[in-house]
Amino acid sequence: MNESLIEVVQGRNNPMIDPSLHIWGWEIPVYLFLGGVVAGMLVLSAALALRDRDGPRSKALQTAPLLALGLLSVGMAALFLDLEHKAYVWRFYLAFKAASPMSWGSWILLLVYPAGIMMGFGMLDSDRRAALLDSRFVRGLHLRSLVMCILGRADAARRGALWAGIIAGSALGLYTGILLGTMVSMPLWNTAVLGPLFLTSGVSTGAAVLLLLPLSTGERHVVARWDMAAIFVEIVLIVVMLIGFATGGHASHVAFSQLVDGPSASAFWALVVVAGLAAPFTLEAIEVRRSLKPLALTPILVLIGGLSLRWILVIAGQASSWANIP
Amino acid sequence: MKEKTDKRYAMVVDTRLCVACKACVLACKAENRVPYGFNRDWLVEVTTGRFPDLALENRSERCNHCSNPPCVHACPTGASHVNEGGAVLVTHHKCTGCKACIAACPYGARYVHPDGYVDKCTFCLHRVRDGREPACVEICPTGTLHFGDLSDPDSDVSILLRTRKYKVLHPETGCEPNVYFLE
Ligand code: SF4
Ligand code: SF4
Repeated sequence: MNESLIEVVQGRNNPMIDPSLHIWGWEIPVYLFLGGVVAGMLVLSAALALRDRDGPRSKALQTAPLLALGLLSVGMAALFLDLEHKAYVWRFYLAFKAASPMSWGSWILLLVYPAGIMMGFGMLDSDRRAALLDSRFVRGLHLRSLVMCILGRADAARRGALWAGIIAGSALGLYTGILLGTMVSMPLWNTAVLGPLFLTSGVSTGAAVLLLLPLSTGERHVVARWDMAAIFVEIVLIVVMLIGFATGGHASHVAFSQLVDGPSASAFWALVVVAGLAAPFTLEAIEVRRSLKPLALTPILVLIGGLSLRWILVIAGQASSWANIP
Repeated sequence: MKEKTDKRYAMVVDTRLCVACKACVLACKAENRVPYGFNRDWLVEVTTGRFPDLALENRSERCNHCSNPPCVHACPTGASHVNEGGAVLVTHHKCTGCKACIAACPYGARYVHPDGYVDKCTFCLHRVRDGREPACVEICPTGTLHFGDLSDPDSDVSILLRTRKYKVLHPETGCEPNVYFLE
């Protein structure tokens, strides 16, 4: 076979497909990254609140769920920018297609907002509530009675709201991976590991955003430990994914070679594996063991790693397409 | 709307007859007003071997109207759907341009129309319903392209697939393509 040559002349010339695929540009990795961050923030802040239900909470933790919803809106704006037929965006909500992860995602996004608002409002203490009711936004739009009503509901179902936050957050994190994982067209995406991988990476990046906020020492300690666990699971999942690709059939080998000698391979190892996983894991371990003052660098590395993971998988995944295999 | 019929439309491409003149590509562009710079069908010319022992395969390719179409599964709005005879179509006014279907298709058969919706080969259903052949099939000067109904054992395509060796592209993906290439 190495004696013979193969030459393919491709007469098709459709933008986004040829000569190389770039169906999804920067908007999708940014959205997938923010979706993961929001998933992580909701799951972790709800878990912290469940862990210590009546204990004092830092201001930062109380407002984390609402901050997460703000970040989600930025992500959804990126998603909207990617749509080619923007005037028809409402069509997402006239159908539910059980076989389409994109359809699941659009409905999950819609559920994350009420879940986040309910759990977020329930976590506010009386000072924050007074500040919220007094804010220009609430007063200007005459939302006082609505906010009071939501606060009342949130208090009545505080535990339920926290669980709703955990479920909606997990669904969000998981679906961002499943969206790519179900595509048979792109061997690098087509692995069941991608769902759990994106969810754990989401938990870790969500923890990183929390660690950049002024949490209390106790909260910081717990979040840092959970982050280390998430990074560890992520490393295991990446190893499992690589073993799967290395030992699979032709398509898996195409995927594997994207990560070991493709154009994005060095970025994958440098930014995702070393800078995004190994380095922050080591730094966090040292910080926890020696009780050192936490560095802002550690969560920043986690965020760089999380964004790079999505970015590189979106780009390299499209390069692994069957459409490029003669 | 999905129409229930027992038909199974398919196309058979005789790679031994194709001279890569690309008349099929131009006929499609004219028939379906495919915008400048885009294609619903295209030619792939594969040369293998080492000079002077070379083999050439010319393939007129298009959407495979797969029986297990990942593009339809991926579509969140139902814009991509299975129509008469198993033909996979896009309802333009339901399409959000999210491109999930483009990403899901292993064959690169779809593109974003400049008007924003996703577009692709329709097997020229508008002609087929009038009893005519798809534009590419009608124009092919060498008789490379055949279109017909696989559920009819006496159709051109059924007979060719019974009597000749054939392949489909990337069968590993499990999409069950309905464009067959005679070898
Ligand atoms: S070839 Fe692509 S666009 Fe056509 S039916 Fe199959 S997956 Fe869908
Ligand atoms: S781009 Fe249009 S046809 Fe394709 S999956 Fe999205 S909504 Fe469906």
